[in-house]
Amino acid sequence: MQGIPIHYFLILGAILFGLGVVGVITRRNAIIIFMSIELMLNAVNLAFVAFSRALGQVQGQVFVFFVIVVAAAEAAVGLGIVIVVARNRQSLNVERINLLKL
Amino acid sequence: MVEFILFWLFAILAVGGAFGVVVHPNPVKSALLLIITLFALAGEYVLLMAHFIAIVHIAVYAGAIMVLFLFVIMLLNLQTEVREAGIWNAARYGGFILAILLFFEIGYFGFKGFQTAYVRDTNLGTVEGIGQALFSKYVLPFEIASILLLVAMLGALYLSKRKLQVADGQKTPAKTVAEETTH
Repeated sequence: MQGIPIHYFLILGAILFGLGVVGVITRRNAIIIFMSIELMLNAVNLAFVAFSRALGQVQGQVFVFFVIVVAAAEAAVGLGIVIVVARNRQSLNVERINLLKL
Repeated sequence: MVEFILFWLFAILAVGGAFGVVVHPNPVKSALLLIITLFALAGEYVLLMAHFIAIVHIAVYAGAIMVLFLFVIMLLNLQTEVREAGIWNAARYGGFILAILLFFEIGYFGFKGFQTAYVRDTNLGTVEGIGQALFSKYVLPFEIASILLLVAMLGALYLSKRKLQVADGQKTPAKTVAEETTH
């Protein structure tokens, strides 16, 4: 049994990454931008697992483990920042959160 | 052959859910569609024989992170996003085209370089395999990850303090919901 070719998974990851980029660029809601970033992290995780499987090395899956850890930390801190911004500005539109913009 | 059927089922679910996340105007439904995508990706991990990653993925993403997202969305009572017309529309559509170009770039090279690489039959994705790698060769990054989680927890606690003031244009003190109800 040959199994599924590895480029199927890579192209699925590319589609998900592209959709995440489109979400980050086109949406203006800070929480949906966060969700799109999670989508991009998941696409990269899928590519990591696929390469780990194709090359017969365990490093890819260990790296996916650390990516999940960093994603959890990022979600906790990022959503804390979102709550503080929403409390101070009464808005989550990223075009209004422009204090550091040139 | 049943593997291919499962692959296409999970792939269509994942891409459909991701498309819904990007286009749906309601943040709550967007988050629920993202959960569909995460479960479909867990199915793809099982197809890649990465059992440990699949279980951790469901437990951490669908169990913890998405619950946190939904909790914050419902706490802030977000309404449907209002699309504002303006100068940013041109940049937005330009970025859309660039994102599609990025997809073709990644997809083309993924297709080109690894078309003949087939999935090997190993059992390195089990809990035993991951655990042996994680607690022997990668034990130092594992411990550093625990410190990272501790720092993130402290940061989230500090950010959610009640009297935290963020410098903004109006210099108005932040009023919390609890203070407003008690006064």
